[in-house]
This record gives sequence, structure tokens and C-alpha cells, in this order.
Amino acid sequence: MMLSLELLVASAIGILTAGGIYLLLRLRTFPVIMGVSLLTYAVNIFLFSSGRLTVGAPPILNDSATLYADPLPQALVLTAIVISFGMTAVIVMMALGSYLGNNTDLVNDPLVDDDDDDDASVGNAGDVTPQEGRP
Amino acid sequence: MTHWLIVPIILPAILAPFIVLAARYHIGIQRVFSLVGVSAQIVLGLALMWQASDGTVMIYQLGDWAAPFGIILVGDRLSTMMVLLTAVLALLVMLYTIGSRWDERGRHFHALFQFQLMGIMGAFLTGDIFNLFVFFEVLLIASYGLMIHGGGNARLRAGTQYVLFNLVGSTLFLFALGAIYAETGTLNMADLAMRVQMVSPDATVGIRLAAVLLLLVFAIKAAIVPLHVWLPSSYAEAPGPVAALFAIMTKVGAYAIIRVYTLIFPPDHGPTAGMHDYWLMVAALATVALGMIGVLAAKKLDRMVAFAVIGSMGMVMLAISLFTPQGIAAALYYMVHSTLAAASLFLIVDMVKDSRANLRLQATWPVAGAVPTAALFFMAAIAMAGLPPLSGFLGKLLILDASFGNGSVVWIWSFVLIGSLISVVAFGRAGSTLFWKARSIRMPEDVDPGPAPSTLSYVAVGGLLGLLIAHTVFAGPVTAYTTSIAEQLFAPDAYITNVLETPGKLSTPADGGGH
Repeated sequence: MMLSLELLVASAIGILTAGGIYLLLRLRTFPVIMGVSLLTYAVNIFLFSSGRLTVGAPPILNDSATLYADPLPQALVLTAIVISFGMTAVIVMMALGSYLGNNTDLVNDPLVDDDDDDDASVGNAGDVTPQEGRP
Repeated sequence: MTHWLIVPIILPAILAPFIVLAARYHIGIQRVFSLVGVSAQIVLGLALMWQASDGTVMIYQLGDWAAPFGIILVGDRLSTMMVLLTAVLALLVMLYTIGSRWDERGRHFHALFQFQLMGIMGAFLTGDIFNLFVFFEVLLIASYGLMIHGGGNARLRAGTQYVLFNLVGSTLFLFALGAIYAETGTLNMADLAMRVQMVSPDATVGIRLAAVLLLLVFAIKAAIVPLHVWLPSSYAEAPGPVAALFAIMTKVGAYAIIRVYTLIFPPDHGPTAGMHDYWLMVAALATVALGMIGVLAAKKLDRMVAFAVIGSMGMVMLAISLFTPQGIAAALYYMVHSTLAAASLFLIVDMVKDSRANLRLQATWPVAGAVPTAALFFMAAIAMAGLPPLSGFLGKLLILDASFGNGSVVWIWSFVLIGSLISVVAFGRAGSTLFWKARSIRMPEDVDPGPAPSTLSYVAVGGLLGLLIAHTVFAGPVTAYTTSIAEQLFAPDAYITNVLETPGKLSTPADGGGH
């Protein structure tokens, strides 16, 4: 078989992770949040496959079972999904608040904030001239 | 089996929703419940520590399920000491919060504070590495709320950065856990300690990868260079008492490194050899250097203290990376010192902040209540910089003493000593600018510096500094105890057998394993 299950799952994890890391490095809140979401998808599949990939096997071990799917990673994935889902909601709210208040969506530290008072400088540094020329 | 071991986790877990639901609009009732909660935690911490002090490893099996299958909590000397330290810190921070009325500047401070305590206590007590992740998340989620308590644009911006960085850290943690589970088929720490030794020498890629990923995750928590970048902004922008409570959070990372890399991946474990003593030590040296340079270069008082925290974490890591019983003992002594010193400095920064326009290190007119604040700053700075007579000096001495016999002893001595000198200069300069030069500047008539910090705030900071003095005076018994902790860590057999052989459900296949 050319396309095995393992190859598909592994490449899905790899592509999601690569895309996630690329988006993280954009350093603006929206792409970074998307990047974090992609990374959590990748890690969910990774966790899922950590109990080995099986097809059509029950997640219950009994005396007659010859093949069974490991139920523990599925429980772990469930925990991870709930946490990452909630956290994504929180970070979207915080990023929105920060963007509306500061007029900038850069996630790194402001380059200049010692010259003016805290509240004024952060707002002005970002919205007029973004530090880097981004498309 | 008694149920006391789980109470430090259950108690805040019950108090927090009660505060949110029943005492929502009554700040007075919230304060009473919060104070009663943290005081009870201290009593519990003392009792658990006394129980563990003779070397017993307490086990609590949730739902009575036997070890590798069920979730367990483990209380040994190290974790009970950390529980007590957290409880004491929490009480003093809570007193300061009430004294400075920080809890009135936003909503749900007390509930979030209790959830934060729940996460920290759980992280110290759990014996299951996936639960360590869950409790990390609990303490992080609470800390996100506390971090932006009181609002403000600069704080929200720093908070966004903090949350994003930690979300990436949590994702890394999950990758590490997946790799561990795929390689060993278990997540119980004691069981892992056995199974990691059984991995065949020609197939160690996965387990080495997991060990490195885990170290990275804990290094993020402990703010080790180059993963420290989240700390200065978030600690500087967080509300004062929250930053003081966060002083224990970096220690959670250090605790996790000590626990995992003595129990699961001990230094003599072949496939992961060289990671701790070589890579961790280089990173620790860089952390000390960067922290101290940051202390000297910071233009604001809050950033300066944040970099001092990084520097002191470097010092802790340096002692841990020796991975000898003596080194771990010194690290634990310094960890207690550094938690108390950093917390008191953050509270003092908050006292200064209230009556100044900003925290830039420039002389302006004296802050309200300058004399007692300056005296407290003087003491806390001595402790943090590691000058005699306070415990910072003793802690550094212990670390230097423990580094004899290590190949890099010259490096350790020069980094620690030069770093200390730099931080003495920086703290001396900051103190003289903020408090001494200020005496010569007349206050303009139209400026009101505001009220002096309340007596309760001074009691809280004084309490932290009093504990530092006690930590110095009783250095003999404390080091004896940290040495016994280190001995227990380097002889993990009692821990492992106690966890794995305590009977519970599912542990005896003979009586009805097949249904």
C-alpha cells in the first residue's frame, strides 16, 4: 500500500506543526493565535497516535480480545482539547482588548517605552509606523 | 490511608467557587474566607511536613485505584516543604493585598488567588506526570486572570504576550507527554522511573526526545535563558501582590526539574547523560549572567526586580545542574530564600509605585512613607544581592561550596561572584537614587504623593523579611533538612516501591482479575 495510515498521520502532524511554527513567528496576535491553534491540532493528533494506530479495534481489553485500541490517549486528548479550546477563547478576548487599547497587535515588547509615560507611548509606537514592513 | 494529603488541593478548589458564587459582592467576606483558607494551608503544610520529615513517603490513591492505573498524590520531604513555602508566601501576599486594597481594583481576585494556589499545590503533590500538566494548566489559567487584574493597556499587552508564550509551552509539554507515553506506555512517575531503565539501548531516540522536550517545558516555567523572554514584561506589569505570588511559579519549574531529573531520568541514566550537567549548566550560567546584566541595565525598578528574579533562578539552576546531593540541598536552601526575597522586593516596588508617576530610576521627591519603605528595600536588596549577613549570602556560599569537585568550578565561581558584585552595584544605585537623592528634592506644592502604604502592607513585607532573617539564623537546621531532602531524592527506591506496591483496586489479579 503506497499511502499507509502511519504516513498520513505523521505527515498531517508534520504539516500542522510546520504551519503553526511559521505563523507563531509572524509576531502579530491574529497569526500567532492561528499558529497556536494549528499547533494544538497537531499535538492532539500526536497524542492520539501515541497509543499506536489501530483500525476497527474496540477500546476495551477483555479476555477474548486479540486487538484493542489504547483508551488512555483518547482520554488525554479529550483533556487537551478542552484546555486548548478554553485557552483559545481567553487569548482571543485578551488579544482583542490589547489591540483596541494599545492600537497595535504586535506581540513582542514595544521597542521604546522609556521615553514617555507608559500608557501614551505604547499606543503611539504601534499604530503610526509598524516597526517592520509587513505586507 | 488518610485523606490529609489531598486537602491542600481540595480546600482552595472548594473555597474559590464559594467565593465566586456566594460572596460575590462582599469583599469583606471574600477576604475572611481567603485568609482562613491560606491559614489552614499553613497548618496543613506544617502537619504534612512533620509527617514526611522522618522519611515516610505518603501516598494518596484517588478512588482507591492502585498506582500505575489510578491517579496518585505523593507527599515526600521535598513536596511537603514546597507546600508549606507556598502557603506561607500566600498568607503574606494575601495580607498585603488586603492592606493595599488591590483586591478592590478588579473582580474575582480572591477566587483566582485560590485557584492559583490549587494549581501550585497540585503540581507539588502529584505523582503522575499528566496530572502535572493539568495542574500546570490550572495554575496558569488562574495566573492569566491575576496577571491582568485591574486592567490597563500596558498590562493587557504584557498579559497577551504571557498567555501566548505559555500556550506554546503547554503545547510542548503535550508533545513531550505523547512521546513519553508512546515509548513507555505509562505516565505515572514511579512507574516511568522503572520503565525508562528498561528501554533497549538501541532504541532510545524517542525517550531522549521526550527528556529534552520536558526539560524545555520546565525551563520555560523556570525562566532559564534562552526561554526567559516572557518573564520581565509580565512580572513588571503584573499587579504587585500578583508578581509576589508569581515568585513561587518559577520555583514550580525548578521543582519539576528536580523531581523528573532525579526520579525518571537520573544523571547516571545512559541515554540522557550529559544533558543535565552539561547543557543545563551552560544555560544556568547564561541565566546568571543575563539576569545580573539586566539588573544593571534596567531603567525601571520593576524591570530590575524582574531581572533579579531571572538571575536568582540562574543561581538555583546552577546548583541543580551539579546533580549531587550537596548541590540539590544548596539549591533548595537558595530556592526558599529567593522566593521570599523576590516576593518582598515586588511588594516594595508596589509600595513605591503608588506615590510616584512612574518607576524610572530617576530621583524625584520622596515617596509617601519613604523612611520605612527605604529600610525594607535596603534589607530586601541585601538579601537579593547576596551580601552578608542575610540568607542570600549563605545560599551563594552553599552553592559555591557544593561546586567543588565539579569540572566547571572556575566558571561557576567567577559567574556567581562577578554577578553578585554587579547586582550589589545595581541595587545600591537604585536605592540611593530612589530614596537617598530623593531627600534633597523639594516637593512641589501642587503635588499630592498620596497616602503612605498601610500598616498591614508593612506587616506583610516585614513578615517576609522576618522569615528571611529566620532562614538565616536557622540556616543550620534548614540545611540539615534540605540535605535530608536531597538524600531522599537520590535514593528513590522508597518512593517507587511505596507508590507501586501500595495495594488498591486492580492491584491483585489473583482475586478476580478476570470478570
